[in-house]
Amino acid sequence: MSLSSQQEITDEIRARHAEYAAAIAAGAPEQTQPDIGFAPYRSSILRHPTKNPKLVDPETIELFSPTYGQRDIADVESDLTIQHAGEPLGERMVVTGRVLDGDGRPVRNQLIEVWQANAAGRYIHQRDQHPAPLDPNFTGAGRCITNDAGEYRFTTIKPGAYPWKNHHNAWRPAHIHFSIFGSAFTQRIVTQMYFPGDPLFPLDPIYNSILDQKARDRLIATYDHDLTSPEWSLGYRWDIVLTGTQRTWSEPEGAE
Amino acid sequence: MTTLQPTPGQTVGPFFHYGLEIERGNELVPPHTPDAVLLTGRVLDGNGDPLQDALVEIWQTDAAGKVPRGRAMLRRPSYIGTHPVRREGTEFTGFGRSATTAEGEYSFWTVNPGAAADGSAPFFAVAVFARGLMNKLHTRIYLPEASDAIASDALLSSLTDEERASLVASRDERGNLHHDIRLQGEKETIFLAFN
Repeated sequence: MSLSSQQEITDEIRARHAEYAAAIAAGAPEQTQPDIGFAPYRSSILRHPTKNPKLVDPETIELFSPTYGQRDIADVESDLTIQHAGEPLGERMVVTGRVLDGDGRPVRNQLIEVWQANAAGRYIHQRDQHPAPLDPNFTGAGRCITNDAGEYRFTTIKPGAYPWKNHHNAWRPAHIHFSIFGSAFTQRIVTQMYFPGDPLFPLDPIYNSILDQKARDRLIATYDHDLTSPEWSLGYRWDIVLTGTQRTWSEPEGAE
Repeated sequence: MTTLQPTPGQTVGPFFHYGLEIERGNELVPPHTPDAVLLTGRVLDGNGDPLQDALVEIWQTDAAGKVPRGRAMLRRPSYIGTHPVRREGTEFTGFGRSATTAEGEYSFWTVNPGAAADGSAPFFAVAVFARGLMNKLHTRIYLPEASDAIASDALLSSLTDEERASLVASRDERGNLHHDIRLQGEKETIFLAFN
């Protein structure tokens, strides 16, 4: 099967966005999550459910999340630039922000996992065959536990854009993958953080699977010069909002 | 109270393994211990083909129906590099993570979950992630013995026989559980959205 051209993919994205805009204009509710069957992302075609999810009241186990503590991670895990003997190549940066629930309450003592390509756009993965260099001083995986204000903080290297085989000349905008646990298992989320002003945004099916521009904007970090350190690193801020939890809220027990 | 709009999900992509891998992450209890149950199954696409790059997580009550509150106790060796995180200790944390194999199979060593409330059917709460899947999916895996509780269980009683079958595992003569998750197709799994 021959690959679609970027123009075909872009046209499909535009058509679906226009359809969504028309539905909103006609009074349809805003869609804050990605369109699960978004054909411009070819891998989604056979991998998305075709039925509407069944709406249920969460049961007890679903109203809680696994419990993590500072003992689960080592300090060096949130600094992806010090995991090897030497300095990784690329633009050093700090990414920080808060994890909140839908009511604005901080999500405390929960695990955040991140992974990303290196500055050249290469993942440490056998199946990534992009002919860009691996960086012997950069793995690209990190973890941290949110503090009492729901804050996380990573020091890392800005990832590069990389090619993928969704269509001819397909390139992903630079991004960092985030895996987040809420205070309830219903809030579990895996997502991607992007960087402001990326010229690849209009071309990318994964980013554009979120039909609503305001919702797409929520995945883009903000450059923060106050967070930038002289002669050292650039600073980005990105807050994550999980869905609400129905559990009666209480202070997390046994905080370490 | 302010209501904030949620951050949208995005696909886990094909290269999540080194970021999310936990050594022994699929062993909620040590394998082959007396009460251990092996829960396995495949994740299948609309053609019935197995997914080699899916991630399945389970979260469950203990055998008595209690929500575990033990620390996950994950550790990464101090010589950090590319070494994966490891599950430490044998405390039952109720959480497991399994990437699918080349055959599309996930597996967990665990115990049968107990019912959290009288009359409700015990189940594994499940989250599914995959390349090509834009956002996480929630579902449940019920024990085959749940048929006794169909009438009293809110979700099971609301489903047709066929829909219910997509949520109930089968058990072999050794007591192990098997359950395929079908993202699409004829016997598509029932996925959940929460009120």
